[in-house]
Order: sequence, then C-alpha cells, then structure tokens
Amino acid sequence: MIFGLHPLLLVTFLPLIGFFIILFLKAEQKNAIRWTALLTSLATFGVSLAMLALFDPARGDLQLVYRTSWLRVGGISIDFYLGVDGLSILLVMLTTFLTPIAILSTWSAVEERVKGFMAFFLLLETGMIGVFLALDLVLFYIFWEFTLVPMYFLIGVWGGERRVYAAVKFFLFTMFGSLLMLLAILVMGLQVGSFAWNDLLAQRQLFAQTQLWLFLAFALAFAIKVPMFPLHTWLPDAHVEAPTAGSVILAGVLLKMGGYGFLRFNLPLFPEASLQAAPYMAVLAVIGILYGAAVSLMQKDVKKLVAYSSVSHLGFVMLGIFALTQQGLAGGVLQMINHGLSTGALFLIVGMLYERRHTREMSAYGGIWKVMPILGALTLIVMLSSAGLPGLNGFVGEFTILLGAFGSQVLNSPYFAGAATIGVILAAVYLLVMFERVFLGPVRVEANLSLKDLNAREVITLVPLLVLIFWIGLYPAPFFNLINPSVERLVSLVQGAAMLAIH
Amino acid sequence: MSSAFTPEMWRSIFPEIGLLILAIVLLVFDLIWLKQPQMRARWLGWMTSIGIVLIMGISAGISMPQGQGSVEWGGMLRFDAAGFVFRMIFMSAAALTALFASQFEALKKRGEFYALLLISTLGMNLMASAADLILLFLAIETTSLPLYVMAGFLTRDDRSVEAGIKYFLFGAITSAVMLYGFSLIYGLTGTTQIYELRSAFQAGNLPVGLAELVIVLVLVGFGFKISAAPFHFWAPDVYSGAPTPVAGFLSTASKAAGFAVLLRVLQIAFAGQGSLWTVLIAVLATASMLIGNYLALAQRSIKRLLAYSSIAHAGYILIGVAADSELGTLSVIYYLIAYLVTNLAAFGIVNLIESRVGSDEISALAGLNRRSAGLGLAMLAALLSLGGIPPFAGFFAKLLVFAAAVERGLIWLVLVGVFNAVVGLYYYLNVLKVIYLHPPVEEKEVFPPTPAWRIALWVCLAGILLIGFWFAPWYSLAQAATSAIWIY
Repeated sequence: MIFGLHPLLLVTFLPLIGFFIILFLKAEQKNAIRWTALLTSLATFGVSLAMLALFDPARGDLQLVYRTSWLRVGGISIDFYLGVDGLSILLVMLTTFLTPIAILSTWSAVEERVKGFMAFFLLLETGMIGVFLALDLVLFYIFWEFTLVPMYFLIGVWGGERRVYAAVKFFLFTMFGSLLMLLAILVMGLQVGSFAWNDLLAQRQLFAQTQLWLFLAFALAFAIKVPMFPLHTWLPDAHVEAPTAGSVILAGVLLKMGGYGFLRFNLPLFPEASLQAAPYMAVLAVIGILYGAAVSLMQKDVKKLVAYSSVSHLGFVMLGIFALTQQGLAGGVLQMINHGLSTGALFLIVGMLYERRHTREMSAYGGIWKVMPILGALTLIVMLSSAGLPGLNGFVGEFTILLGAFGSQVLNSPYFAGAATIGVILAAVYLLVMFERVFLGPVRVEANLSLKDLNAREVITLVPLLVLIFWIGLYPAPFFNLINPSVERLVSLVQGAAMLAIH
Repeated sequence: MSSAFTPEMWRSIFPEIGLLILAIVLLVFDLIWLKQPQMRARWLGWMTSIGIVLIMGISAGISMPQGQGSVEWGGMLRFDAAGFVFRMIFMSAAALTALFASQFEALKKRGEFYALLLISTLGMNLMASAADLILLFLAIETTSLPLYVMAGFLTRDDRSVEAGIKYFLFGAITSAVMLYGFSLIYGLTGTTQIYELRSAFQAGNLPVGLAELVIVLVLVGFGFKISAAPFHFWAPDVYSGAPTPVAGFLSTASKAAGFAVLLRVLQIAFAGQGSLWTVLIAVLATASMLIGNYLALAQRSIKRLLAYSSIAHAGYILIGVAADSELGTLSVIYYLIAYLVTNLAAFGIVNLIESRVGSDEISALAGLNRRSAGLGLAMLAALLSLGGIPPFAGFFAKLLVFAAAVERGLIWLVLVGVFNAVVGLYYYLNVLKVIYLHPPVEEKEVFPPTPAWRIALWVCLAGILLIGFWFAPWYSLAQAATSAIWIY
C-alpha cells in the first residue's frame, strides 16, 4: 500500500491525475503545463520503483494482485483485475521510465498547443500501463483500445507533413486486428464463464478445440502491433510522421504491447496452437529481420532508417518468443526492453538533429561530430548498442535469443538462427553507414558549421538511457532474475502441452 | 377484468396523463401569457424539459411496476418494467431535445412544436407498453403524425417540407402494410392480444406459410420505425431536411420506440417462431450495417452522414435482437440508452454549428477545436462513442451486442459487425480529422450557445462517459426491462 492505495492502481491512474490538472490550466501557461506533465510522470516513475521494491523476483506467479468485481454480464463477472509478474514488470518500468524522458525531449520541440500534447501524453501513459497490468481480458481490451486515441492525435496533430494519412492508417490497422481479438475474447469468456486471465488458463480445455482460430485472432491483433512482416506497413508512416516524443513512445512502448500480448495470452492460453504455429511465426520473424535490415540499408532519411530497423529488431523478439525455449523467451523479453532503450535514444537523437536543421535527409549532414562532439559521442554508444556490440545491451538480448533459437526443439532447425545472424551483420552495416554519413568526414554543408551542441536538458534526456544501456550490457543478471521465474513457468506450461500432444 | 377503475390502472398511464397535461399547459401559456417571442424563446424549452423531468421523477416514485407486471385497461396495456424503462428513455430524449431546440431559431418560439414533441412522446410511451395490436397501431400513429409535422416544420424551407412529405408517405405505406399484417393475425387467431397470440400460434392450425407472411408484413412496419435497411430510404433525406433537433429525436427516441415494439412483439407473440424471425432479423441487420456504413463513406453533409450511421447502428442493435436471448434483449436496451446520449450530443453540436456557420457540410466543422476546444472534445467523445471506442458508452454497448450473438453461436453475424465497425470508424475518424487536423475555414469564432443547450450537452456528455465505465445502474435498468420481456 502506498498512501493507502494499491500500488498498481496508483501507478496506472497517477498520470490521469496530471491529465486533469492540465485540463484546468490555461493554454498560455505553457511552462506550468510542461512541469505538471514532467512531475506527474516522474512521480509515476517513483511509484513504479516502489512497485518494483514490493515485487518478489523469486516468485514466477502474479503478484500485487488487485481484483474487484466491476460488472456481471449474463452471469459472467467482468473484473477490475490488475497484477504484475516477471513478464510485465520490466515493461511497466520501461513505460514509466521513457515517458518523463519523452516529455523532457519536447520542451522546445513542441511549442504549439502544448496543453493538448501533454494531456494526450499522460492519457497515453495510463493506457499503456493499464495494458501491461490488466488481467481481465475485457479490461485489457479497454486499455488496449484506449491507447489508440491519444496516439492518433499525437501523430495527427503534431506530426509531419503526411501526418493525417499516417494517423488514420495507424488507427485503422490496429483497430482491424483488435476487433477480431475482441470477438475471440467474447468466445472464450462466454465458454468459460469468466474473463479473468487465470480462470481462462485453468479451464482452457473448454476452448481447446477452437484454439487455432482463437490463436489466429489474437495473433493478428498482436502481430499488427509488433509489427510482424507483412503487417508492418503502417509503422514507417507512423514513425516518420510522428513527433519525436511520439516516436519514442511508439517504438519504446506501444510496439512492445504486441510482444507482451503474445507472451501473456497466446502462449499460455493456446499452447498447442502455439506449438503448431511456431515455425510459421519464426519464418515471418526471420523474414522481418532480413527485410527490415535490407530496407534500412536503402534509406536516405534517418528517421525512416531507424523505423525500418525497428521491424528488424522486433523480428528478433518474435523469433525469441516462438523459439519457445527458456533462453529464447527470456531474451525476447529483455530485447523488448533493449529495443525500447536503444531505439528510443536513436529517435531522440534524430529529433535533436531535426530540431536544429529541419531535415532528416542524411545527405544534408556529414561531419557533425566536428561541430557537435557531445552528440557524436553519445550517438556512437547508442548506435553500437543497437548494432549489438558486446558489452552493450543489444548484444545480451540478441545473443540470448540466438542461443534460444539454436537450441529450440520446436523450430528444430539451425537455419532460423543462422539467417537471423545475417540480420545482426546487416544491422551493423546500416547503422555504421548511417553514422558515417551523418557524423564523420568533412562538414559538407555550410549551415551545419553553426550548429550548437547539446544543451544540459538534452544531455539529461539521453544520459539515463545510456546508463541502462551499459548496465544491461555489463551486468544483466538483475534483469534476468526478474524475468526468469515467470518465463520458466511459461515454458513448462507450453512444454507440458507439447508432451500431451505427443502422447 | 373488472369494470371498476383501480388505482393500478391510473398508475399505469400516469406518465401519459402527465405529458398530455403538460402539452395543454404549454399551449395555453403560449397563447395567453407568453406574448413576446423572446419570452417564448426563453421559457418554452425550459418549461417542456422541466415538466418532463418532473413527470419522470413522479413516475419513478408512484408508477414503478412491481414484479412480473400486469395487464391493465381491459388487456390494452402491459404495466411492467420494460414499459417503464422505455418510457424513461423516450422522456429523457424528449427533455433533452426540448433543451437543444432552444438553439434553433425557427423552433424555439413555437409553442406548438413543443406540444407536438410531447404528444409524440406520449405515443411512444404507449407503444412501449401496448399489449394489444389495436392500441399498438394507434400508438404508432400517435407517435408518427406529430413527427411528420415536426420533420416538415420549417414551412418556408423546401427541404424541410420535402422531408415531412417523404417521411409521411413512407410512414403511411409501411403502416398500411403492417396493418394488413395485423388484420391477418386477427383473422388467423381471432385475437389481437399480444400476450394471447403466442398460445394461439402454438395451437397450430395455421395454413402453411401464413405465419411467415405475417411476420414479414409486421417487420416492414417496425423496420421503417427503426430505419433498418431496406426500409431506410426516407432516413437520409428526412434527417438532412428536418430541423436538426427533430432529426436527433427521430434517430434516438423514435428508433428506440421501434425497438421496444419489436422486442415485445417478437419475444412475446412470435416466441414460437424464433427460428424463422432470427434469420430475417439477422439479414436485416447485415443489410443495415452494410448499406449504412458504406453509403456513409461517401457523404459530405454531416447530417446525412449521421443518418447513414444511424441506419448502421440499427444494424448493430438488430444483432442483439437476432440473438433471441435474454442477454440479447438486454444488450439492445443498453445500446439504445448509450446511443441516445451519444447521438443527441452529436446532433446537438451539429445544430449549434449549423446555426452559426449556416451549413451542414462536414467542412463547416473544420478546425472546430481551435474555434472552441470544448466543442471539439465533445464531438470527439460523441464520435468515438459512435465508433465504439472505450471508455465511451458506445464501446460497452457494442461489446454486449456482440457478446449476445457469440453466446448464441452467431459468429458470422459478429464478424460482419466487426468489419463494419472498422468501416464505421473510418468515417467517424474522417470527421474528427476535419475537426482537429484541418485549418479553420474562417476566423476564430466564439460560440455563445444558450444555457439550455449547454446543459443538455453536458448531460449527454456525462451520459457518454458514465455509461462507458460506470455500468451498474444502466445495466440493472436494462436487466429489469429484460426480465419483464422474458416471462416465458
């Protein structure tokens, strides 16, 4: 209990309080609005730290559970049901950690309609945290949909030139998948007589016959969100048009909702179908890795490059998840965090460049290190982390995933991991090429000579990310300790189903 | 049944008596005391609305039916919770419409408009509790005749007159077809009592195919009232031609009245023919969703868009009817409550914009959020609620309707609903896009709406939010009504 309130309730709804405060501020009080948003999100981060302190990493089951009946529909209870375990706790932390950073990054980038921007941002935070904590499927669906609206506006109002197109595409793509998921939720809930996650888990034989269809309905919603090849086409549009803070949250957290959905719902609820689908999902994941990397190589626009690299990196996450081994899954969860940190940082850097030069074309840059040495040094680290250099976080995640994929009995083929390894090499290529074109060489464009290096605020937004990049890279054990117990439970559950399927 | 009057009889029609008295009082006031047009403009809407709220309050106190309900007035009226809940729905819609009308120049000074509104509401009340086909037909006509006049109320405006005449012609034809169906029912069974028809039908002895024919004929009449395809042709022209508050009233209260009758007649009289009419209803639902949503995509007038969207929503609600289950009936009632506040808010805002900008094109909404942030947010809530996005009312309503169909194994129908919901969302988003993302057409403009309009919008918005996440009271209302309909 924190101030007499359940910590999960507090962490979910604290941003909403900031939202209401902002609603009552005048639109002209831009700084008051910014500070309210920043302090609220920092307080939320503080509460999430308290949640982490209350969390017992040795247990793999759901903890800090808050459950109260919300409504009974036709004899079936819909609960307000929150809880956290090793699969979700790091993602919640990532959300509360990235939000203040993203807000800080908008300090001078967003000058117009600050009030709306910050209000939507805090709404979005509540939605995202809710998605990771909700354990009643109807509640989960509500939070899931709820994140769409603020993101639609963040892209549509504060985005780039083709923002309207990108926002509508983002909304409709996601909505299409999630409505089929709603149908699947209803089918399961009505059969079992409960929408609570653990009730469904306990009685999953009731819908075991139709589980392939249910799996597909859920998988479509999550695969669009991740996004998996070939459902990724909304992502580059949304990323390129979104404002920097929007891109950070989109890449850092919103995409993780898809991966998390697979872990929380698809694998445990439909284990037989997961086993059946695993090779196909892994093929799509590997195609995504290679395709994303190949397209990144061709980009002239820095932001597009980072966007396509997300498709590639999230391919690794999906490969890890559908390897269905302890290592693969743990690596997948960690890689989601890593991607949030590295890609979030990359988007911040692109935003800092864009704010100064108002272009994202690589040809407009060159030799930036000479003018902005601090930015150059920080970018080098972030870039190497994203490329998977040993000693930095990306390596730990990708290596664990590849190990998991090699050892996977479900995939039963070294080609998946082998092909994915090519993706690692390609990532090094496109990231280094990008770095070379933007930061190295002589200063080719005169306008770049007068660029100011990072100010203190900008450094502050990047440093926390770098600290974590090093921490996970050098000493990942605390993170794996949080993840592993829950992953072990998940693996034994799926393996158990596999044994049953064989006998 | 005894010939003496019992208190129960009076209690069962108290709201109707109240409405009738209120209408007379209004007309007298209009004639005698409120001489100045400004005075009329200021007070008529308030009087109507407060009067209705008073009637609702007293009804909730004294004429709340207990238990299973009873048949009153010589078998004419069913006095039960379903009737009560639907009455509350109609009267709330009328009270809100009266307040919204105060923003409409040509309506706010006309006492007879408010009187017509009240009489029409009276008819709806009787529709919801009619237990006899003859009373039912009279109630439908009592509802419709004032509505025809209200749709054509702007006699100087060709479009309004056209709307009135079109609505009248369609209504007259479908009423005639429905009446023919009623006459066949009487001919076949020898009774017009809805609650006796079930056993009469089950006794059999009907010529083959006649029961089917009767159901089809009756559905024509009800389909017109709820504006389901293929009986929807009147809706777009009438909605766009009629005064905007009237269009809002038509799309909510009048539709709800149609559903009230549909539920009672299908679940009571034709309870034995479920396998037949569920298919028919499912077909109507599919047609309404498809036609409503796809034609809405092409609209440039916001009123026509809302008209097609209202056809599509009739389709979603019909999914709940097609489920032919308690949850289905409950979902229909919940949906109607949610749709009521949502659509009234949308039409209310359109009404205000129209009175300021003088156009009902979607482009007239451009940059609305910069002209007035509050109005932008209100329209956002209304449109997203129509689109079924949480945490707004429309989401939970759709969830219930879909759940009802899934429970009965109508997966294909839910799939149709799901795909249509995405299409629907597309055009709602398009309107939102114009509101939020397009630059305003003219300079910054302040909207000083009347206090009455303001309060009505606040009530609607509170409803959209509360029905969206504080389910219990609305759910238990819908539950009470459902158990009154599901007595077999």
